[in-house]
Amino acid sequence: MEYFDTLIVILQSTVRVSVPLILAALAGLYSERAGIFDIGLEGKMLAAAFAGGAAAAVTASALIGLAAAIFVSVCLALVHGFASITQRGNQIVSGVAINFIALGATVILGQAWFRQGGRTPQLSGDSRFTTVELPYAAEIADIPVIGSIYSNLLSGHFMLTYLAFALVPFTWWVLYRTRFGLRLRAVGENPGAVDTAGISVTWLRYRAVICCGILCGIAGAYLSMAMTAGFVKGMTAGKGFIALAALIFAKWKPVNVMFACLLFGFLDAMSIRMQGNELPIIGVVPVQFMQALPYLLTVILLAGFIGKAIPPRAGGVPYVKER
Amino acid sequence: MSAPYAKLPAWVDYGLIPLINLIVAFLVAGLVVLAVGESPLRAASLLIEGAFGYGEGIGFTLYYATNFIFTGLAVAVAFHCGLFNIGGEGQAYVAGLGVALPCLWLDQFAPWYVIFPAAILGSALVGGFWAMIPGWLQAKRGSHVVITTIMFNFIASSLMVYVLVDVLKPAGSMAPQTRTFAEGGQLPRLDWLLASVGLDIGGAPFNMSFLLALVAAFVVWLVIWRTKLGYEIRTMGHSPTAASYAGIRQSRIIIITMMMSGALAGMMALNPIMGDQHRMQLDFVGGAGFVGIAVALMGRSHPVGIVPAAILFGMLYQGGAEISFEMPQISRDMITIIQGLVILFAGALENMFRPAITAFFATLGGARSDKSLPAAE
Amino acid sequence: MNDIAIELKGIDKKFGLVHANKNINMKVRKGTIHGIIGENGAGKSTLMSILYGFYQADNGDIFVDGKKTVIKDPNAAISVGIGMVHQHFMLVENFTVLENIMLGAEESQVLNAGITKARRELKQLEEEYELEVDPDAIIEELPVGIQQRVEILKALYRGAEILILDEPTGVLTPAEADHLFRILEQLKSEGKTILLITHKLREIMAVTDEVSVMRRGEMVATRTTSETSVEELAELMVGRHVLLHVEKGPASPGDVMLSVENLTVRDGRGVDMVKNVSFNVRAGEIVGIAGVAGNGQSELLQAISGIRRAVTGKVMLQGEPIHVTGTADPAELRHRGLAHVPEDRQHMGLVLKFDESENSILGYHDDPKYLNGMFLNIDAIRKDAADKIEKYDIRPPNPRLKTANFSGGNQQKIVLAREMERDPAVLVIGQPTRGVDVGAIEFIHKRIIEMRDAGKAVLLVSVELDEIRSLSDRVLVMFDGRIVGERAPDASEGELGLLMAGVEDTKEAAQ
Repeated sequence: MEYFDTLIVILQSTVRVSVPLILAALAGLYSERAGIFDIGLEGKMLAAAFAGGAAAAVTASALIGLAAAIFVSVCLALVHGFASITQRGNQIVSGVAINFIALGATVILGQAWFRQGGRTPQLSGDSRFTTVELPYAAEIADIPVIGSIYSNLLSGHFMLTYLAFALVPFTWWVLYRTRFGLRLRAVGENPGAVDTAGISVTWLRYRAVICCGILCGIAGAYLSMAMTAGFVKGMTAGKGFIALAALIFAKWKPVNVMFACLLFGFLDAMSIRMQGNELPIIGVVPVQFMQALPYLLTVILLAGFIGKAIPPRAGGVPYVKER
Repeated sequence: MSAPYAKLPAWVDYGLIPLINLIVAFLVAGLVVLAVGESPLRAASLLIEGAFGYGEGIGFTLYYATNFIFTGLAVAVAFHCGLFNIGGEGQAYVAGLGVALPCLWLDQFAPWYVIFPAAILGSALVGGFWAMIPGWLQAKRGSHVVITTIMFNFIASSLMVYVLVDVLKPAGSMAPQTRTFAEGGQLPRLDWLLASVGLDIGGAPFNMSFLLALVAAFVVWLVIWRTKLGYEIRTMGHSPTAASYAGIRQSRIIIITMMMSGALAGMMALNPIMGDQHRMQLDFVGGAGFVGIAVALMGRSHPVGIVPAAILFGMLYQGGAEISFEMPQISRDMITIIQGLVILFAGALENMFRPAITAFFATLGGARSDKSLPAAE
Repeated sequence: MNDIAIELKGIDKKFGLVHANKNINMKVRKGTIHGIIGENGAGKSTLMSILYGFYQADNGDIFVDGKKTVIKDPNAAISVGIGMVHQHFMLVENFTVLENIMLGAEESQVLNAGITKARRELKQLEEEYELEVDPDAIIEELPVGIQQRVEILKALYRGAEILILDEPTGVLTPAEADHLFRILEQLKSEGKTILLITHKLREIMAVTDEVSVMRRGEMVATRTTSETSVEELAELMVGRHVLLHVEKGPASPGDVMLSVENLTVRDGRGVDMVKNVSFNVRAGEIVGIAGVAGNGQSELLQAISGIRRAVTGKVMLQGEPIHVTGTADPAELRHRGLAHVPEDRQHMGLVLKFDESENSILGYHDDPKYLNGMFLNIDAIRKDAADKIEKYDIRPPNPRLKTANFSGGNQQKIVLAREMERDPAVLVIGQPTRGVDVGAIEFIHKRIIEMRDAGKAVLLVSVELDEIRSLSDRVLVMFDGRIVGERAPDASEGELGLLMAGVEDTKEAAQ
């Protein structure tokens, strides 16, 4: 029973830390499936976290915070879109640039506006997202196993958490069951086919990066307004890159993305939990090894030693009509 | 058609357009300064004053520039082969081991001029090895070097935390860092160099590795433009088809280039470890690997451009620190923004102003345009 | 009036300095199969891309069903009932057939309703035109013939009344091509209008009602197919070129320097581009390979020069085998006396961003005479480049000028100088005068003859028939990956033209 409770606790924190990964990885999915590589997920998420924290602190409204987060993230996504789609610039370079601009601007603006060393003011009450208790969570908490799973693991999360998980099937549906999704997947594989079918490659790709911006915005808002109560300098701490790794690990498929993020989140939760503890058989595993594992796994996958991650065929290449 | 843009005079291509991109980046940065309620002009003058106004400032500027010369060269070498090495940060970090271990083993017995070559070799080998793996994966397994080098940055970071916390930290110490090296592990400062022009370096850790960086810049120029290997690297970078026609072995060149790139990034570790802190600390690279991207883009991947670009960023780092005394709103993070803007305008948007400039020169030189047109087919 | 499906009036299009279409006028009657024939680069594809809205004409009007129509993008073309099957299929390879067919014509935001309808209509189309495909198959798993069928279905699904097919048989086997023609007949009988672009005369004669001939951007003639002949079309297509006069004595062939036996080469898509080809080149002779571009010449050159691995075959260089199916690499072959002037000088033969002197050592950069140990001997390289510049009259005479800034002819001279001055035993040349001005052509031809007279074995590949005829001592004609005949260089243009167009070799058949 003790092990079971520990497991529930670990899984609970797995869910907590997976949410921003899922949102950011899904964001990357929209962009990359449309053929626009995005290593600027980190920056967009960070800028959104700041915008959300700042707006919520000023207006005392979590929803306005969320809107601000999405707005800022979409703006950065449009910069990336302008560089990669309209100017046909290098998508990697553009992504790197956005990461730095976000990293610097959040601190400078935060310090200028709030003078708390780059933090935004502590959020409370309506300015922060609160957790949602599922019906009867308290009543059945005492039922062994099921009750614990229901009330401790499934219940008591933020709205945004449920939203993130709902976005997984939704994204799947959009991608495979709607016209937009069909065209989005097509433009990432063969923009020529989309162009000759009379569809604007440019507008389609812009819509994809906007979707990416929206989801990164939500991810950022979750970080500063749900998971914690306010923005802290550099709070994404590489989550955008873990999300990118998860996206590759999931071979750019929505449901796989969720599982990859949960796996990486689980490794994260374990590494916090295990600090210094011994594992049966294996012995002490350095925390750092657990932290590096998502990246190691992704490299091994990329190297084609376990399956093969084949990116969208037109990814990273600006579309130029061929002669 | 083969040439997307009409031909411009070389000075426009290599001088004017990069300059305009740079100016735009700084103008946007000025807007940020304005947004936080400070005067961009005063900030600029504080910056220059802080970086170049007195001996110690110059010392610090050049100290930072040393880091950026190494990492800028690292990115540039890879660019010449058509590779984007984002992993300079991790390569430099891991290469810290190649510097710290010789120091820890030998500092009691050997003078700096014995340990320095060992550390140079060590950092280059370790950094080169760390970059070789993504290079090998790109050449043999087709894994995109951009993604693998990003992943290797994080792996490096975890590895180094482990090494510093669990292996190299002296018993009884709390701080995740090695012990402080004895004199043998400390590089002499270059105070005499600045003293020769009448400047007092003060406490600035401006040291021997700056000279090594200049040598590295020269060697990079030599290798890329004056050796057979460099010729093959550039052929690969410009046209893989021509490289295969010429019988150049592509995987070999990719792996060698990545190793060179990693070795250069790795040597950056000498400057803070042996030149300044005299021990290896957590996160001693401090983003220099990424600054290298901006430096390489700004310097157009040529050592002659990279050294001044690195000094410019050294100036921003040092001056930025100075500004924050006068303008508490503006911390060194301002530099991160400028860095991002430079990468954006000099890199991703490098051709944004080109059509306008081309049009301008076309109207200017309309009469003689017939002669200067390249042959189109 | 209403029996004209498409009329083009004065269509004109330039790409930079290339005049791709010159004042084209054309009428296509409704319910017919109208062929457009011409050599590669004659401007056929450009014209059709304009009709499909992929490019805008600089001048001229398009009339569809007698109405003047502006076709500003493919959407506009689709909406007036024009469909196109591109030479390189515009299919999303990891999509199903159905997804590809629906793309851009989905009917509604959510696919479901559309899918049912698409499935039904696809079934109907399949039955109506005997175009069977499994709607749930993944494109990349289908043979190219079926992929093409999907392209046709895509156009029909969008309600195309006028169907453009750009070189549709290029990737098909003869059996698949025959099947395609039956489909086209079927479509015609249903009242569709078909524009068939090809460079193969056999196809024109087999299926078209009318045929328009293009040559060098111009529309030179339109004929009723039943009233013309293969000979007439071949002549119209190739044109009566002024035979370039090249001073040339008789050849005195020596030993076999290059021999190719049963060579088969596959391209990146896995299609056999060179099929079981055998021939010899002797010292002191020029063997020309004539043929319309895309019939395997490029792959042949690449395999012989070690750039592309062959599937099967034996190649001997100066009596010693070259391991063309395995380890042969261009550097090794250069050492063994094979010089190669590639067809694509801008991407393969030169690095345009290098300066002239750097390009003058490409491939020979490991020669000790250009090196000091591991360093480049810049003085030697520039001196060597300057010598070649003088000898080949390369202008401007500046070894430090960026190669991109030289004209096409001078760029070609840089490559020729590099390859010829090595004193190779065998010289392999692809398209020596493509994009080269007239003055340089004469010079280049002269140099090639000089190489022959100096006892080199020269293999010359060109799509310019008169170039082949005026330079070669023997002419081989390549069609569909095979050598379909050997002729003396004084064989008539018409005869060679027929061979190049894949018409049965009459002489050999008679024997």
